[in-house]
Amino acid sequence: MKLSCKEVSFRVSESLDRNLTLRERLAVKIHLIMCKACQQMAQQMKLLRSTALRYSSTADTHDQKELPEEARQRILKALHRENDHHHE
Amino acid sequence: MSSELEKIVASDATHETAISDPERWLQKFGDYLFHYALQRLHDTAHAEDMVQETLVAAFHARKNYTGQGSEKTWLTGILKHKIIDFIRKQVRESTVDNINALSDATAESGTNNLFDTRGHWIRPPQNWGNPDKMLQNSQFMDTFEQCLKRLKPILARIFTLKELTGLTTKEICNELDITTTNSNVMLYRARMSLRQCLELRWSDINSEKS
Repeated sequence: MKLSCKEVSFRVSESLDRNLTLRERLAVKIHLIMCKACQQMAQQMKLLRSTALRYSSTADTHDQKELPEEARQRILKALHRENDHHHE
Repeated sequence: MSSELEKIVASDATHETAISDPERWLQKFGDYLFHYALQRLHDTAHAEDMVQETLVAAFHARKNYTGQGSEKTWLTGILKHKIIDFIRKQVRESTVDNINALSDATAESGTNNLFDTRGHWIRPPQNWGNPDKMLQNSQFMDTFEQCLKRLKPILARIFTLKELTGLTTKEICNELDITTTNSNVMLYRARMSLRQCLELRWSDINSEKS
């Protein structure tokens, strides 16, 4: 079973979402040995995952976006409103 | 002190303690929660709404907070569920056609500008440099964010659920009522699209430097 680059790119993406069968893994591996372009693609796919992971854990960092003051006031009012309901 | 006045003072006091938690949360974690939501929804108004819903929900559920784990983790957990809920509604509201088109493995749209008729790369993927260094590069992270914002909305949502919120494929399929194949194809489209966007923008930035 010889795969095209297009098919390999789909399999490589899938390998991030499910376990490939032995046959699928082998077919991908054989293609990758011979294809420099797909080796790059496979590395990029992996990098996308680690980038997303890193990106999603940066909410604590120095360049944290600030909740706009207007929204803050609105939320504060909503919380007061909830509190009043609660005590009625 | 008259008993009437005592009652008023007492009720005022409970009023104070009751509101003090959510207010403190807003003050202490407001920015963090907002940033967390914004990263996943890419829309200021929606992110603000999520923070509000989270704090209101936390206010009502504050008795359930056992004190195990930090308040921040507890609040983030609530926010995460709110975001998943929100994305699910968004995806369900999008037309079925849209999902079908984007999750059809045989459909040519989406990747056919990348490959020739024999399935070979039209423009072979380039080397982006050392992966470890790139993760430390804020410019690369910014470029990633820009590319994420440019994804087709449905693809951005499913990618976000999988890679930024950490849902499993099974959970995604349950939440969105789609098949595993649908999910894998959409994730493929999302990744190929991100890859292409990063390739264009990142090599531009890189070539400016050299």
